[in-house]
Amino acid sequence: MSTQEWPLWEVFVRSRNGLDHKHCGSVHAPDPKLALQMARDVYTRRQEGVSLWVVRSDHIVASDPDAKPELFDPAADKIYRHPTFYRLPDEVDHM
Amino acid sequence: MYTQAMDIPQAKGDEPAAAPATNADYQTEFDAKLDRGEFVEAKDWMPEAYRKTLVRQISQHAHSEIVGMLPEGNWITRAPTLERKAILLAKVQDEGGHGLYLYAAAETLGVSRDDLIEALHSGKAKYSSIFNYPTLTWADIGVIGWLVDGAAIMNQIPLCRCSYGPYARAMIRICKEESFHQRQGYDLLLAMMRGTQAQKDMVQDAVNRWWWPALMMFGPHDRDSQHSGQSMHWGIKRISNDDLRQKFVDATVPQAKVLGVTLPDPELRWNEARGHHDFGAIDWTEFWNVVNGHGPCNRERLATRVKAWEEGAWVREAALAHARKREARHAA
Repeated sequence: MSTQEWPLWEVFVRSRNGLDHKHCGSVHAPDPKLALQMARDVYTRRQEGVSLWVVRSDHIVASDPDAKPELFDPAADKIYRHPTFYRLPDEVDHM
Repeated sequence: MYTQAMDIPQAKGDEPAAAPATNADYQTEFDAKLDRGEFVEAKDWMPEAYRKTLVRQISQHAHSEIVGMLPEGNWITRAPTLERKAILLAKVQDEGGHGLYLYAAAETLGVSRDDLIEALHSGKAKYSSIFNYPTLTWADIGVIGWLVDGAAIMNQIPLCRCSYGPYARAMIRICKEESFHQRQGYDLLLAMMRGTQAQKDMVQDAVNRWWWPALMMFGPHDRDSQHSGQSMHWGIKRISNDDLRQKFVDATVPQAKVLGVTLPDPELRWNEARGHHDFGAIDWTEFWNVVNGHGPCNRERLATRVKAWEEGAWVREAALAHARKREARHAA
């Protein structure tokens, strides 16, 4: 008897058309078909969604939490990327 | 940033055929979904003509973003201050990002990125006519932000409610970022208008050159727009070309006054009865000339794109070779 654990799948649910699929959790399953089936049973029992995606967890490439400063901090001092950086006369400020 | 091209027919044979639905039940369900104002998603059944129209429109939109980097990129090295240079760099980078959001949305419809780019490079796919005009002075950078991005925002806000989900979501992201583009342009022009007479003249000259091409960005008149009716019916288009153009004119007139420039149209005046500004006739001969490849910069723009693509080929190949090598090493 094999003791190998079923692989892990990340589950994404689209709550209704027009919205993005959103990550909601994970399931263990032996293959894609069963992963979808289990995701349906675990995460959409109360009509939470109209569409499901499952992705093998080990296929997700994630950024390193320790790399957070060098990845994201450089955006912090580029305040000119925000519309509020530009002060316009009141009459045209809704632009 | 910039649409318009959505109504522009491409090469023959690429027209969305009004093909009969292969499955009447699916068609009925699709129509009902649109009638209820619901979104269509990538894996949903859709009529082939709807899919083709979206591929054409989204890819033209993506091409416009990418080609749109060129006229402004022209001024990055010559921006008058470090601050303006950083702002312009950020803006041009945004345009590249907008192109990528849109190519990705088009790819959900089952077309490949390489095929889309090939269609641009061969001249088969169109992009917004506005980018075939030259950026002659620094004031052009301000006027592009104010008028060209302003027109683009008018065009793009209704697209956030377009019936195709991936396109609508891309447009929401883009519209959030556009406001900075228009405001930095207007802010730049305000600074120039506080300067010397020569600087003020430069702004007026740029406004004179960009005003009419900006109005053309909304596309042909509704009565001459061959795809508009069907696109409205499908919920791809929500507001007509002429209505959007009018909205843009009405919004821009007070902005020109605050800035202290005139708009180059002697027939432009407020019409109390209509509650809108009347404006002069657009030179459609010029518009079609530019769309059909005979604008001032058409050849230069495409040649620059093709050159960048060809000169980047070795980088794309090297990156793939590197990935393959690593994979082989990993497997060994």
